[in-house]
Amino acid sequence: MNVATLRRIAFAVFRESVRDRVPYSLVGFALLVMGASYLIGQVTAGQDVKIIKDLGLAAMSIFGLFIAVFIGIGLVSKELERRSIYSLIAKPVRRSELILGKYAGLVFTIAVNVAVMTAVWYLVLGYMSWMETEAFKQSWEAPATDPRMLVAVYLIVIQLMLVIAIALFFSTFAEPLWAAVFTLALYVAGHFSADLKHFEVVVGDSPLRFITTGLYYLLPNMAMFDVKNAVVHAQPVPPAYVGVATAYGACYIVALVAAAVWIFGRRDFK
Amino acid sequence: MRTALIALIVAAGLASAIALQSARDRWFPEVASPVDEIYFTSGEALGRMALSYKSLLADVYWIRAVQYFGGTRLDWKNGVVPAPGSGRSSYDLLYPLLDVATTLDPSFNIAYRFGATFLAEGYPNGPGRPDQAVALLDKGFANNPRKWQYLYDKAFVYYWAVRDYRQAAHWFAEAAKVPNSPAWMPGLAAFMMGQGGDRRSSRFLWRQLRDTAEQKYVRENAEFHLQQLDVADVADRLTTLLGQYVSQTGDRPTSFEPLIRAGWLRGQPTDPDGVPFTIDPTTTRARLDRPSKYAPLPDEGMPPPPDAAPRQAPSR
Repeated sequence: MNVATLRRIAFAVFRESVRDRVPYSLVGFALLVMGASYLIGQVTAGQDVKIIKDLGLAAMSIFGLFIAVFIGIGLVSKELERRSIYSLIAKPVRRSELILGKYAGLVFTIAVNVAVMTAVWYLVLGYMSWMETEAFKQSWEAPATDPRMLVAVYLIVIQLMLVIAIALFFSTFAEPLWAAVFTLALYVAGHFSADLKHFEVVVGDSPLRFITTGLYYLLPNMAMFDVKNAVVHAQPVPPAYVGVATAYGACYIVALVAAAVWIFGRRDFK
Repeated sequence: MRTALIALIVAAGLASAIALQSARDRWFPEVASPVDEIYFTSGEALGRMALSYKSLLADVYWIRAVQYFGGTRLDWKNGVVPAPGSGRSSYDLLYPLLDVATTLDPSFNIAYRFGATFLAEGYPNGPGRPDQAVALLDKGFANNPRKWQYLYDKAFVYYWAVRDYRQAAHWFAEAAKVPNSPAWMPGLAAFMMGQGGDRRSSRFLWRQLRDTAEQKYVRENAEFHLQQLDVADVADRLTTLLGQYVSQTGDRPTSFEPLIRAGWLRGQPTDPDGVPFTIDPTTTRARLDRPSKYAPLPDEGMPPPPDAAPRQAPSR
């Protein structure tokens, strides 16, 4: 595995995402958070900061999800569409390096995107805090620019890394449309894994129980990365929990990227 | 040439669309839906559909609750009588909206506290449903057992909206048992047990709430109730004066005019906003009616009128 090659491919993906107008999402995010911070104050009763915290975290997650899915599914299929894959595989680049480089490139894009969004979000929250009286701030559960919220941002990035791995995996063998459908379906199903676990209460001793239990362990548990509500209410998120969620995401990502490398390596492009 | 033509077509198309939109608004004015709807009443079901965005959806429901409460209250204030069955005539949707918001975000402190204040507010300024206010606060305390504020608010609902001073004292005492509750809480319980029901204790409680309130709305609401108690004091003094006038002249006035002419009053008595007091012709008591924002006045220390409907007591 050549690290320099991986870096070159990753930067190429990053440059392409910039050309694909991904930075527009940053403008959209900034407008959304700043506009909402003004409008929310007019329509609610003293919950502006809590709502901007919720909105910022949700927007980061949603914007990131769409970038991860719609750029992720094109990582391989675009090369096939443009037929540039032939020139790529003719070069002294391993197919595994290509997949890993593309994955790293999109992760880097998402990381930069989320970092800029976080900075904008903290600036808006800082401004809102600056505008409030000290007496009013006493009623907040946590300071507006509470650094503990970064835990939620970190877990959003891990979740998005997992979504990119899913999209990349499907993009190695499915058409872009189907790859998008499968990725989004797994994202949604991943939020229901707790229900699958408790499904045995409904089905009793039926063989269906084994299927639902199997699905519970097989499907990525997206809810594990969701600590948004806890950090907004300044509830503690134990470091051990963050560690377990990170390790879970890493294991899943390794498995999916390895499967993508394997499928892509076996594909015949003649 | 071709670019100019396309630009012309785009401009003409947009201009025509805007003109047609404007014409549609004039010819077929939009009729606002007279019915407010809440499509999802199950917070649990909605929470599942919201994936990991429950908290944001809770904010949306909270904003809807605030807007619904404020809009309905404003309609009443402006004399707009909502159509029966429109959902606005009795604030029917307020509790479901608050229930969904607090199910989606069980730590939504403000939704419990403000929500209970909204629900307990007497009709037509609010739904006059202390039972629902208590249910919401019970839910809040079940989800957040360290929040003594919910028991304090519950005591307040019993005191202010139900006038059950024994229950109020009990819940102040319960709030005092919660770790980190303020040191003055047991005193409040004792005071309520001894003095419950007079205007002095009302004033004491509202002052306490105003001075300890974290939120602007709660502080302003307490300030308003303190002003209302001052206005009630003025009404009492006027009623006393009317009683003296009746006993001296044998005449039952229906306005303050005879008292002004006789030099008993310097002018028409009004509330701080200039809305005049009137005289109840059957009881010869001074009173305030709409549009005074202080009407109806609190009736502590006064015998209830003979036709007063019993207040809805929450189940305990």
